[in-house]
Amino acid sequence: MTVQGKDAAALALHRFGFGPMRDQLVVVAGDPRGAILADLDRPQAGSVAGALPTSSEAARAVFDFQAERQAKQKLAQRLQKQVDSDGTAPPSSQAVTAMSADPLTGQKPTDNQPPLPQQLFLNEAKARVDAAIGADIGFVERLVWFWSNHFCISAEKVVAMAGPYEREAIRPYVLGRFVDMLQAAESHPAMLVYLDNEQSMGADSIAGINRDKGLNENLAREIMELHTLGVRSGYTQKDVTSLANVITGWTLIPPAQPDHGGEFAFAKRLHEPGDKIVLGKTYPDTGLGQGRAVLADLARHPATAQHVAEKLARHFVADVPPPTLVAKLEQTFKDSDGNLKELARTLVIADESWAPQRGKLKPPSTWIVAVLRLAGPMALPPNAIGRVTGAQAALGEALWRPPAPNGYPDTEAAWIDGVPHRLDIANEFAGRVAANADPQALLDAGLGPLASAQTRQTVERAESRAQALTLLVMAPEFLRS
Amino acid sequence: MNDLHAPSRRQLLLSSGTLFAWAYAPRLARAEGRDPRFLAIVLRGALDGLATVVPVGDPDWVALRGDNALTLDGKTPALKLNDLFALNPAMPNLNRMYAANEAIIIHACATPYRERSHFDGQDLLESGLAKPGVSDTGWLNRALAGLAAAGRVDPKGGKAFAVGPVTPLIVRGPAPVLSWSPQRVQPASADTAQRLLELYRQSDPRLASVLEDNARLSAIEQSGDMNQKPGGAAPGQVRAYFAEVAGTAAKFLARPDGPRVGALALDGWDTHFNEGIASGRLSQLLGALDGALDAVKTNMGAAWGETVVALVTEFGRTARINGTEGTDHGTATVALLVGGALKGGRVIADWPGLKEANLYESRDLKPTTDLRAVLKGILKDHLRADDRALSENVFPGSADVKAMDGLVG
Repeated sequence: MTVQGKDAAALALHRFGFGPMRDQLVVVAGDPRGAILADLDRPQAGSVAGALPTSSEAARAVFDFQAERQAKQKLAQRLQKQVDSDGTAPPSSQAVTAMSADPLTGQKPTDNQPPLPQQLFLNEAKARVDAAIGADIGFVERLVWFWSNHFCISAEKVVAMAGPYEREAIRPYVLGRFVDMLQAAESHPAMLVYLDNEQSMGADSIAGINRDKGLNENLAREIMELHTLGVRSGYTQKDVTSLANVITGWTLIPPAQPDHGGEFAFAKRLHEPGDKIVLGKTYPDTGLGQGRAVLADLARHPATAQHVAEKLARHFVADVPPPTLVAKLEQTFKDSDGNLKELARTLVIADESWAPQRGKLKPPSTWIVAVLRLAGPMALPPNAIGRVTGAQAALGEALWRPPAPNGYPDTEAAWIDGVPHRLDIANEFAGRVAANADPQALLDAGLGPLASAQTRQTVERAESRAQALTLLVMAPEFLRS
Repeated sequence: MNDLHAPSRRQLLLSSGTLFAWAYAPRLARAEGRDPRFLAIVLRGALDGLATVVPVGDPDWVALRGDNALTLDGKTPALKLNDLFALNPAMPNLNRMYAANEAIIIHACATPYRERSHFDGQDLLESGLAKPGVSDTGWLNRALAGLAAAGRVDPKGGKAFAVGPVTPLIVRGPAPVLSWSPQRVQPASADTAQRLLELYRQSDPRLASVLEDNARLSAIEQSGDMNQKPGGAAPGQVRAYFAEVAGTAAKFLARPDGPRVGALALDGWDTHFNEGIASGRLSQLLGALDGALDAVKTNMGAAWGETVVALVTEFGRTARINGTEGTDHGTATVALLVGGALKGGRVIADWPGLKEANLYESRDLKPTTDLRAVLKGILKDHLRADDRALSENVFPGSADVKAMDGLVG
């Protein structure tokens, strides 16, 4: 059974988008499915606004920042020593002043500005959150978040490049081909650092022989296990080792290099020479091309289609997705050669995706954006992006910082026990907008026909506007999609 | 790139370091006049067992690891345990416990998992199943569900189940479990929570039970001295947080009205690159873990004599060092047991040897002891879990994996 009209509109905005805002529920009620599909054809879909640095620019800037900070500390020690030894007053610290301009913007930091790496991170976070909050529907942004988590990296290890990575490796391909996203992600410097490939070298490569070092199979394993085929899909340890050899030499130019530091490079002297066999097929040694060829085949492997179809259906529809839906997605993936726009279209067209049962508990980050969209701009003061990233972290889903390469979990079991903690976050945001909020109107705008009689009554009888709003965004119909 | 490292590392540690504990005392043990405590610590990421408890007496050891091989006479000499094994020098507290017969090391030990995926490996370690696959429940929770409860330890509440942001699989399941993690945001008022609870009761029982249990836990937390904020520790200091998380667990378990069984997870053991066995990353992590064990012992106080702590990991790492001064995913590793209730001072190992032919798939330490035998031994002799339940329900299909006798007592 599927739903129609305003019911379908409310369902669609929660299930495929970031939740309703303003009068959207009324606007899309005429053709909810068409509205979601139209999001895929929006010009500039998947891109974010603002002039943000590339990953290599950011990596170089952070490197310079850290070098400069170290120099400042050493200089201070030197001056202190001088004072201690001869009792002279320290000279005016011109050297320190001369260095302290921000290497990226040329601006000098003020006291209340966070250090450069954190500022870069917050700028990236703001661009991402703004795109989600500002989107009409947000289906394409939801897809970006999905793929970013699929090919996740962690800012724990690559703080400068975490945001740029998503803009460079995920966004350009979110409605393109899977193989292109795969190639971009696996060869991105952030991924090469995150999964240790940057230093991996063939035992018989020139560098391997000279330095008596060798392979690190971390990235190769996760490519097969997490990014393409899926675990237990038939590949062996030999395939992992072989792929690790294939991608030796995929590294980056050290960020200390002023011109191209932080950019991808294929270093032939790290590359294990020779033909290699992966999944029974022999790949001639064409250098960088050898890895590209293996990735191209992995992208088209039937196990990859199955793996991706299952994950996508689970993310949007249900923890245990209908097998018929998974089959449709799998077929589209195969028929379209991994065209991700076609895949998204199939997801929206399929009747299984419109079941009235709310099969998903929204993960914390998606729920937070839904709250902010409904509450309006007052909920998030300017320059308060830290409150959003802080709330995400407090709820266990820190931005670009999953604890492991399989990304954040995508099932209710992982998130439901954190729901009581959401109450406190809801309370905080609601407290900020309450004075101007009309709970009744927000209830109609945010849930419309999805709101149960009990939820309506609970919101109506709240003792304050703030409490009404808190209860509204904590209602089961708002938590679930 | 350290500016964001510090606070976020702390977040991660705290979120995964949340303590999950069972609020009941096991009836059979209590009937014998004992009041046993059990704490499971899951080391996620695959601990390098060979770098932790080093087979210095194996003639093939040094050849495998080269410069990275700890020995008894190196620059940082390993701490001798017996003729075959020595302990990583980062763990003096564990060494003292071993000398005081309060520690048992099981080597060449592994779960039944024989592939090398962290996530399948962790699932299997925590689910207790014999093969990878989907499980909604963990072995510790199912073991608790099978133990007859001798009444709640805390007389103030009924069922108590309230959990931090992400619940680890090991404690998911039917037995009611409570959790503790430091509060980080200004809480909503009790009245708002009550109204929400009423709504959930009418329309979403699952959410209602989660919220209900959380409220109960808050009450317990506020009634005792457990509400200490993680003050004092500078952000990013892994050592301080390992000690805080484990030490807090011990404080809970030690209380007369506290829980008796707990679990927590400490992450960060996936040392593919620049492992730092003698000094560096692994050395620091092991040092932090050693500090955590000391904090457990200190905070347990008199209850230490009735305590068993089990430290387990999903699998080991390659026997050889890899091309980037680290180790890749392997098979067998160590399991560490500490606590005053143990018959300790022993390394238990059916040592497979380190010759190429003796390595599993010519690359990993070969598993000769099933981790389930160790855990079954503890659950049976310490908590008085039923033998049949252990083989059928806690570790399904493990009838031919005999519980290891004589670990406790």
